[in-house]
Amino acid sequence: MDKLILRRVDQNSEEMILNFGPQHPSTHGVINFLVQTDGEVIRTAVPDVGYLHRGIEKIGEIVGYPGFMPYTDRIDYVAAMFANEGYAIACERLLKLEVPQRAQWLRAISGELCRIASHLVSVGTMTMDIGAVTPMLHGIRERESINDLIEELCGARLTYNYHRIGGVAFDLPEGWRDKALKFLDHFDTFLKEFDRLITFNEIYVKRLANVAVISREHAIDYGLAGPNLRGSGVEWDIRRDLPYGAYPNFKFDVPVGKGFVGTVGDCFDRYFCRMLEMGESSKIVRQALESMPDGEIMAKVPRKPKPEAGEASGRVESARGEMAYYVVSDGTDKAYRVRARTGSFMAMGVCEDGSPGLMIADLVALIASLDVVAPEIDR
Amino acid sequence: MTTNEIHERLKAKFGDDVGPLSEPKMDAFAVVKAERIVEVCRYLKSTPGLDFDYLEDETAVDWPKRNVIEIVYLAISLKHRHIVKLKVEADRANPVVPSIEGVWKAANWLEREVYDLFGVTFTGHPDLRRVMLPDDWVGHPLRKDYQEAGGWHGITNVRENALVELKRLDDARRAELAPAQPASPPAAAPAPAEPPKA
Repeated sequence: MDKLILRRVDQNSEEMILNFGPQHPSTHGVINFLVQTDGEVIRTAVPDVGYLHRGIEKIGEIVGYPGFMPYTDRIDYVAAMFANEGYAIACERLLKLEVPQRAQWLRAISGELCRIASHLVSVGTMTMDIGAVTPMLHGIRERESINDLIEELCGARLTYNYHRIGGVAFDLPEGWRDKALKFLDHFDTFLKEFDRLITFNEIYVKRLANVAVISREHAIDYGLAGPNLRGSGVEWDIRRDLPYGAYPNFKFDVPVGKGFVGTVGDCFDRYFCRMLEMGESSKIVRQALESMPDGEIMAKVPRKPKPEAGEASGRVESARGEMAYYVVSDGTDKAYRVRARTGSFMAMGVCEDGSPGLMIADLVALIASLDVVAPEIDR
Repeated sequence: MTTNEIHERLKAKFGDDVGPLSEPKMDAFAVVKAERIVEVCRYLKSTPGLDFDYLEDETAVDWPKRNVIEIVYLAISLKHRHIVKLKVEADRANPVVPSIEGVWKAANWLEREVYDLFGVTFTGHPDLRRVMLPDDWVGHPLRKDYQEAGGWHGITNVRENALVELKRLDDARRAELAPAQPASPPAAAPAPAEPPKA
C-alpha cells in the first residue's frame, strides 16, 4: 500500500502524503485514507480498509443456519434489522418457507423504524463532520425514542437479533402500537424542525452543494446502492422494484436527487435523499400499523433446518442500500457459503475516483455523505 | 425478461461457451467459459433489451471436491428489472480468470476481495492487491482448506477460554502472594499470639 502511493510522489513537488485515519473522528469507524495532497487540494485518496475484518462470512460456514442470525447484526450495527432480514429471506428461499403475513408486516415496521434510526445517525454525524454539533444531538435524541420502541419489541437496542428464519421472534407488546403512532406524530414535526435547524442553513448548503458530484452513470457503474445511488438521480429501490415481504402493500415515494441546491449527485442530494426517505419510512410504518393482519408470527421451521443442496439470494433495501445475501447449501445443517454484499463496501470503491480535486475538508463531506459504516465494509 | 429468455439470447450469441441453465432449484445460473466471460459481460451490458448496467455482486465459492473455485457474477438491469447469474469455474491450484473491471467499475473492489479471500488472480485488473487482510498475510481464509498460520507479527490468534484465562491470572496472583505469606505470617504471628497472652 505504501509503495503504491509513494511511487507516484515527485520528490521535488509540494506534494505530501497524509494518513487520514484510521482513528480520525470523521471516518466513522476504523478506516484509513492515504491522502496524497498538493497543499489543500487532494490528488488522490486511497481508502485502506480491513481494520474491522472479522471473517463473518467464514463464521457463517461454521455455525448452523439459525445460529448465524446474531452475527448478521454485527455486519451493520447501525441498521441491524436489514442484515437480519436479508439473511432470513435468503434462508427462507432455500428452505422454501412461506413467511406468515403478520411476520412480514412486523418486519416492515421494525425495518422502517430502524431505517429512520440509521438515517438519523447518518444525517446527524454528517452535520457534525461539517461543523455543526447541535443537529447531531437532536438526531440522537429522536433515535433514542426509536431504540426504546425497538427495545420493547425485541429486547435489544442495537444488535436486535429480531428476525428468525421463517418469521420474527416476538409479537408486538401491548400498547406498543399507540406508542409508535405517538412517536411518529412527533417525528413528522421533528423532520420539519430539523430542516429549519440545519438543512437549508446557508453555510451548510454552501459546504455541500456541488461538492463531490457523482454522476448518474458513475453511480451505476460503481454499483453504489441505496441513498447514494438515488442521490445521483437513479430511481431504484429494491422495496419497489424487486419487491419483497409486505412492501407491495404500501404506498410510498422513492425520493431521488434532483440537484436541490446544486448539481444532481452532490453531497447535498445524498443528504437530502435521506431526509426525504425518513418521511417515507414514517408513512410506511403508519400504513403497516393500520393494515396489520392477525395470525402467526413464525412458520413451522425445524430446529436444525437442512435445506437441500442449492443456492439462493436474498436482497433487501437496507439503510445503506441494497444488501444481498448469497447462501449456498450442500444439504447439511450448515451453510456451505454465506456471502453478504453491502452498500458501504461498494461506496468505498468510488472514493479513489471521486476524490481527486477535492479539498481536504470536502473529503470529510464526501465520506459523511456516503454514510459508510466500517464493519459493513470489512465484515 | 425471464432467466430462460436471457439464457437463450446468450446461447444464440455464444453457443457452447455458455453452459446449460442449472436445473431450476432456486436461482438458475449458467456456467461460462473463463476466456469468454469479458465478452459475455460486455454483451450483457451493451445489448438493447438486456441492458445489464448494474453489477450487483461478484464473489466465489470454493469446491475442493470438484477441484474448482466458482466465481459468481450477479448482474441486474435497472431498466428492465431482471437479474442474471453467471458462473466461471477456475482450477483450484492456479485460479486465473479475466477481470471484468473494464465492463463494470464495481468489479474493481469486488475482485480485490475475491483475490484477497480466495486467491483468485484476475488478469487485466488495474490494482489487484489485498483489500481486507494485510498485504503480507499468508493464505486465503475463505478457502475450505485454509489453515490459520498461528498469528501474525507476534500477535497470537490463540486465545484461551476467558474463564480459563481468568483462573490462570488468579493462580498467578496467588503464586505471587504465596512466597510473601511465609515471610509475613512469622512477622504477623507474634501479634495475634499476643492477645491470648494478655
